[in-house]
Amino acid sequence: MEELPAAEADGAGPAGPVDQAGLAGPTDQVGPVGLADRTGQAGDLADTVIATRALTKRYRGGQLAVDGLDLTVPAGSVFGFLGPNGSGKTTTIRMLMGLIEPTAGTARVLGQPMPRAARAVLPHVGALIEGPALYGFLSGRDNLIRYDAADPTADPRTRRTRVATALDRVGLTAAGGKKAKAYSLGMKQRLGLAAALLQPRRLLVLDEPTNGLDPQGMREIRALIRELASDGTTVFLSSHLLDEIEQVCTHAAVMAQGRLITQGAVADLAAGTRGRLVVTTPDTGDAARVLKEQGAGDVVITDDRVTAEQPPDRDLADVNAALVTAGVRVRGFGVERASLEDAFVALTGEGFDVAG
Amino acid sequence: MSQAEAVEQGGAIEGAGKAGKVREAREARKVSPLWTFGLLRSELLTTFRRWRTLALLAVLAAVPILVGIAVKIETGDGGSTGGGGPQGGGPAFISQITNNGLFLVFTALAATLPFFLPMAIGVIAGDAIAGEANAGTLRYLLVAPAGRTRLLLTKYATTMAFCLVATLVVAVSALTVGALLFPLGDLTTISGTRISFAEGLGRALLIALVVAASLIGVAALGLFVSTLTNSGIAAMATTVGLLITIQILDQIPQLHAIQPYFFSHYWLSFADLMREPVYWDDLVKNLGIQALYAAVFGSAAWARFTAKDVTA
Repeated sequence: MEELPAAEADGAGPAGPVDQAGLAGPTDQVGPVGLADRTGQAGDLADTVIATRALTKRYRGGQLAVDGLDLTVPAGSVFGFLGPNGSGKTTTIRMLMGLIEPTAGTARVLGQPMPRAARAVLPHVGALIEGPALYGFLSGRDNLIRYDAADPTADPRTRRTRVATALDRVGLTAAGGKKAKAYSLGMKQRLGLAAALLQPRRLLVLDEPTNGLDPQGMREIRALIRELASDGTTVFLSSHLLDEIEQVCTHAAVMAQGRLITQGAVADLAAGTRGRLVVTTPDTGDAARVLKEQGAGDVVITDDRVTAEQPPDRDLADVNAALVTAGVRVRGFGVERASLEDAFVALTGEGFDVAG
Repeated sequence: MSQAEAVEQGGAIEGAGKAGKVREAREARKVSPLWTFGLLRSELLTTFRRWRTLALLAVLAAVPILVGIAVKIETGDGGSTGGGGPQGGGPAFISQITNNGLFLVFTALAATLPFFLPMAIGVIAGDAIAGEANAGTLRYLLVAPAGRTRLLLTKYATTMAFCLVATLVVAVSALTVGALLFPLGDLTTISGTRISFAEGLGRALLIALVVAASLIGVAALGLFVSTLTNSGIAAMATTVGLLITIQILDQIPQLHAIQPYFFSHYWLSFADLMREPVYWDDLVKNLGIQALYAAVFGSAAWARFTAKDVTA
């Protein structure tokens, strides 16, 4: 509430509707409501699991890792956190988990300020941060027992059963007695996930959870994430695998060079770039001419493919009929749906490369 | 597209509803008042199950065995080891071993206190935070959430437990070897009076406790160094390096003005417990210095660790 003036100033920036929402709502909800509206999500403070305001981290060397981040994660969502390596994802996650003190701005997790309320918030949060970390000289089971003992809300009486359940959930029951140093990367990743699942959680923060897993393991983890989400757990999933985000996430945010580029529902993000009309034909010259006549813009010919923007006021069936009437031999005709990757490239204007 | 959006929003709303229910169910989760001990127990188990810890203790146990065998061989012809006047603390005891095995306890403690014991403490204390940071396990303990102050206190308590165990390992090993190789019985104090074997055992235990307490300062120093770096090896090396440096500086006469503030300066004062009556002055000074180091470096470690960005 103390950052109200700043929040109002920020909210007034982008657009009219945001401003109005801010004025209409109760004053202490200005920030989150404004942000939620911008992402097309109706919601109030209680339905926001993570909310950051102008969150900034400058490391001692002067490097600006995170720059004025306004992130809103709605409750119950599977939230994809995208960005190239070095874009500030992990720094953000560490600030949300109270491991790093922000240079400026605020972060609220489960409605409470971080890192101040860490002891109240973190028992409800399961986290996998920058890969698993284990005690190599302890067995997988003893690793989980150790992490569980560090949680002040964990009941020691149910510890063994909860550990066994968590191991079972990630498919490690058989390997639970093995020393963790003998685990493969995939098994370590699973054990890290098991540690995040020791208690029922309201929020799961998973930093590249499928890293090091084989395709079968990736599928299992995705199924597990969907299962958890359907139980009402909010999942905050960072990844650099775009198709992974597309497969499991309802919402996504994109970061590049410490800044938030966009956030919102995955469907909306992909819709930002419209699908392109693709015609496969040996008569590319004729096809291009007909498409232009039909009102399609940005016609591009590559080998035996002609791609163009969809004509805004024409039924695609008519476009196809026009092609055939003009004697164009059509092998294939269709619309290539825009993927999140296209959206990403359109947003960043660059490939998915490491920031320099 | 619009269909997908509808499905997605429906899912989100349903999810939010369930989240509400789940939240109510979990609000009841309370902090157990005994959990700090749970963390301490876990910490002790983790420390004492490491091969490295056991290896350190094995080395410490071997020192009295070597000293005992050496004395036995040296005096095998019935002669006395001789030398060993009353100057200094420990070495005065060595000539008495052949008469009474109990003196091997004092000799072994005097032999290990300047280097072996503090080195072992330096390894454990130096690795306490830095080792966890190096392995990455620190971040998971902190998000569990163990709490920074509690984790630090637990680490310090565990290091002090190791001080005690390490000292007792030396003492028990020495007593066993002494009993096996040499006669036991009444003993003569440094002051020349005779005390019974039972009282001698009591004094030995007291000395072991004082020796363990003498290591508190090194433990605090090591823990502080451990909060400065993310490399366990660097923290151990720095702590042991500081230990050696201080020991050397303590031998330079020109520095006698600052020497009373070295944590190792009064270490051998434990021998005063073998006087009759016990000469307390240096013992008290020793414990005071240890308390001072614990307060100063404990606070420094706390200030550093609670404000530190955990990036490892």
